[in-house]
Amino acid sequence: MNSVAVVAAASLSMSTSEQFLFWIVGSIVVLAALALLFSKRAVVTACAVMVTMVGLAFLYVGLDAPFLGVVQVVVYTGAIMMLFVFVIMLVGVDISDSFVETIRGQRWIGALLGAGLLVVLVGAALRAAVPGFNGLDEVDEGNNPRAVAKILFRDYPFTLEITGCLLIIAAVGAVVMTHRDRLTKAVRQGDLAAMRIKHGVQVTPPPAPGVYARHNAADVPAVDPDGKAIEASVASVLRMRGQVSRLNGLTQDLLPAAVPEAGRTVGAPALPGPAADEPAADLAEPEVAAPAADAAPAPAETPAAEPAPPAAATSGAEPAKPAKPAKPAKAAKPGKAPKAAKPDEPATLEPAQPDPPGEEPKGGDAK
Amino acid sequence: MTVTAYLILASVLFTIGATTVLVRRNAIVMFMGVELMLNAANLAFLAFSRMYGTLDGQLAAFFVMVVAAAEVVVGLAIIVSLFRTRRTVSVDDESLMRH
Amino acid sequence: MNGIDLTLLAAAEAPTGVSLMWLVVAIPLASAAILLLAGRAADAWGHILGVAASAAAFVVAAWAFFAMLGRAPAERSFNLGLFDWITGGDFNLQAGLRIDQLSISFVLLVTFVGTLIHIYSVAYMSHDPDRRRFFAYLNLFVAAMLLLVLGNSYLVLFVGWEGVGLASYLLIGFWNQRLDYAVAAKKAFVANRVGDVGMLIAMMVMFAHFHTLTFDGVFEQVQADTASTAVLTAIGLALLLAACGKSAQFPLQSWLGDAMAGPTPVSALIHAATMVTAGVYLVVRSGPIYIHTEGARLAVLIVGAITLLYGAIVGCAKDDMKKALAASTMSQIGYMMLAAGLGPVGAAFAIMHLLTHGFFKAGLFLGAGSVMHAMKDQVDMRRFGGLGTVMKLTWVTMMAGWLAILGIPPFSGFWSKDKIIEEAFVGTGWQPWVFGLVAMLGAGITAFYMSRLFFMVFHGQARWTDDQHPHEAPPLMTVPMAILAIGSVDLGGILCLIGFAKWLEPVTQAAGEAAEAEPVLAVPVITVATLVLVLAGAALAWVKFGAKTAQVPVLPPPANVLVKAAREDLFQDTANDVFLVRPGQAVVKGLTAVDGKVVDGAVRGIGCLVQTVGGGLSRWQTGFVRSYAASMLAGVILLAAIVLAVWL
Repeated sequence: MNSVAVVAAASLSMSTSEQFLFWIVGSIVVLAALALLFSKRAVVTACAVMVTMVGLAFLYVGLDAPFLGVVQVVVYTGAIMMLFVFVIMLVGVDISDSFVETIRGQRWIGALLGAGLLVVLVGAALRAAVPGFNGLDEVDEGNNPRAVAKILFRDYPFTLEITGCLLIIAAVGAVVMTHRDRLTKAVRQGDLAAMRIKHGVQVTPPPAPGVYARHNAADVPAVDPDGKAIEASVASVLRMRGQVSRLNGLTQDLLPAAVPEAGRTVGAPALPGPAADEPAADLAEPEVAAPAADAAPAPAETPAAEPAPPAAATSGAEPAKPAKPAKPAKAAKPGKAPKAAKPDEPATLEPAQPDPPGEEPKGGDAK
Repeated sequence: MTVTAYLILASVLFTIGATTVLVRRNAIVMFMGVELMLNAANLAFLAFSRMYGTLDGQLAAFFVMVVAAAEVVVGLAIIVSLFRTRRTVSVDDESLMRH
Repeated sequence: MNGIDLTLLAAAEAPTGVSLMWLVVAIPLASAAILLLAGRAADAWGHILGVAASAAAFVVAAWAFFAMLGRAPAERSFNLGLFDWITGGDFNLQAGLRIDQLSISFVLLVTFVGTLIHIYSVAYMSHDPDRRRFFAYLNLFVAAMLLLVLGNSYLVLFVGWEGVGLASYLLIGFWNQRLDYAVAAKKAFVANRVGDVGMLIAMMVMFAHFHTLTFDGVFEQVQADTASTAVLTAIGLALLLAACGKSAQFPLQSWLGDAMAGPTPVSALIHAATMVTAGVYLVVRSGPIYIHTEGARLAVLIVGAITLLYGAIVGCAKDDMKKALAASTMSQIGYMMLAAGLGPVGAAFAIMHLLTHGFFKAGLFLGAGSVMHAMKDQVDMRRFGGLGTVMKLTWVTMMAGWLAILGIPPFSGFWSKDKIIEEAFVGTGWQPWVFGLVAMLGAGITAFYMSRLFFMVFHGQARWTDDQHPHEAPPLMTVPMAILAIGSVDLGGILCLIGFAKWLEPVTQAAGEAAEAEPVLAVPVITVATLVLVLAGAALAWVKFGAKTAQVPVLPPPANVLVKAAREDLFQDTANDVFLVRPGQAVVKGLTAVDGKVVDGAVRGIGCLVQTVGGGLSRWQTGFVRSYAASMLAGVILLAAIVLAVWL
């Protein structure tokens, strides 16, 4: 920068405070921008770019453009980057790039070209005989937005109209492009309900995820009265991605709380549970006792839902039948039915899987 | 420390954006690279605007932002529909442009 | 042909009959079109329409003829303009008809004999499922032939010329389900095209030198000596080539024998009476050109003389009745050529012989057709014999034709052929002796082979197989034969008596008065010598084939070299094969190789080059958007660097 012949008067160069702002914010901006190159996760990148945008807004204000600084924040950070994040969520928030290059030499080409571009641009910037800042105070007349507006509507009305058209076209275009023609008849809530009844699937909505007052994150499955994870309570998207939180760590503090409750209905909570890394064991244990408790709110429903274990189910259910306290059964039912309906799903629920033999009494107890 | 400093900052940002487009495969990230390049250009516009003491540079930057907004809308719509059909946002899982 | 405007070069107004002459062409043409387009719907009445069209043409022609007779000889030439055909620059060709003594003679021959043969064909083709098509082609031929002889310019003549070629091709190959017939048709077509090249060249030279193609225009300029002798000779030779192709004259004679593949009425009409004489017509019509060029005229004489002997020799060895007749046709047309080459006087006799020949040869062919009809389409004369007792009427009609072609007085052949032989002796130096003696010798050989034919068919022992039941033809066939036989008997005498040669003089001597000259031998000597030769030939034939004692083997006996050669048509096909076909094929093969290797190679090479380059370049097109982005950025950097470098 020294090579530039600065002929400008002192007033035309940057003030100390501005230099301060420039260096601090400039560094942040560049560092954040580098996330574009080096961050694996798209969300992180988006956040870093937001930082860049906000930093640039600061610099704009420093460059006597307070209006554009605000617009930068509103448009870029507030709208555009939000849109980005929104799309990232839509596409899959945790999708991370593999940095293995698929095109041979592309990374080196990129690096080389980047370097070349930097050399050319910086060379041009350095070579340019730029005077110092003239400042915008006179033009702004103390009110930058008003000055901008004056010029905008006085000198660029046509451009403004055109960009307006462009925006409308873009909006329509986006709608058109993401729109999918319906190929089949729309399935409405009524149809779904009818279908559920017809096929004997659970009619009521599945339970909400999360253990209330403890973990209400969407990826934590609800727990049934037995302290067992109701895996169907987690959104299917998360299940599909394998993002359901395990109950491993959870059981520790969950069970003591859960047990008393279970105990109230079941009677014998069977505490042997916290056997460290085999939570399935302790989850299974209470279940053994469970059959007696909440046996059969829907004995008829079970065979339809799961053809395999009915024998066990009925056998298990029989002794339970007489004792049928209404309340806990009701609470347990929502969790059970889906479980029985989709025995192949619990891929994420490792704990439940290891004991397939235990499953039968479990299924039985559900009834 | 004059306009040159801003120009160099803009150059650096522009380069980062351009390189992003070249080396990243995630379409969304590439797109952010493009946005960064636009911002770098805006920074230069504002610096020049201040240098010359006129507001035309600011207006140019303003229009760039408007157009960028439109572009983002369309671009992201493309990415979404791309994702719908191919279940990926990587631009070169398949060299589709070859066919 | 709607707007007929009459442009008469002749001072006189054309009489009604003459002005309607365009109908002569139009009626058969329309009939042919109807028959071809109507398809099977016309099967029931197609032959009647065909006969009617031909007869109507004859009626119109006769009307015109009598209208013409009412004029003074000098005013008997009419030019009937039809429409402006080709208009371009200083070349303005009007399509029109030229009606004069020469063309009306032809028209009468074609329509009269044509009508008879049409009638004959009704019976002859009655069992053929394609009879309608046959009549369509016959009508087409009649129309084209009439256009040929009536055209007032070489170009109109050429249209008819090609038309008859087409009709000939279609009719020779009428039974084209047989491969050899189809091949024969193709052979005739190709040989005719060789002649057409001559015609085209002649027209081109004429156009280049005279800027016109009408007969009047060309002859006027020839009289005015605007062209050098070399040019006239070139035109004359080219026209001779055309005539050779059409009239089966040496060296383009080979197609005529094979052309007998067509139905016999076709052979009678096209390949004996009319179309093959078109060459003679051409030479006679172009008389004003030939009279100015000694070289071309000599060429005509030589061609005529060679063909005359050639045909006669081949005719002696042929066992196929129709092929023997074809050889005789060739030979007789050789006579006409010879006469046409002799100059104005000879030309008149050429036409006269042409007319008499048209009658007696058509009659002979129709007789042959009748014999074939009786013998289940057999043509091998060695299998005939003794038919004279079974088919009396055919025997009588063919005898009339036989005596006519022999030139026995007073049959019609005598009046024309004897005159030609006399004319051949006229002249100075070696020519009269050579051509005169050749013509006389030819007459002797003709007598032998025609008598051989006649005796082998009608006399001697019956040699047909047991399953043959020869019978006389139906009246529809015998009546035309009888009419033609009457013509064979007296037409020559009549023509001679009414002074046909004199009648033709306005045409033949258009170029100037021909000096009457005496032959080198006394006329009675020539006549007597010819007759002696003819009788000797006939007597030899009688001894060998006619007498009860003569043994005619059923299979051709082994023979000396000359007979073998004659049976092989004097190796005409071999000669063609060696001198034309093989070199042609070699050239074609060479050109094909050049085309394949050099031309196609170059084209394919370019293709390969482009493909290779494209294939190489396509590697750049990876399909990866980032590669493209990299290229773009590289370009941007390069441009920026250049701008910077220049700027600094």
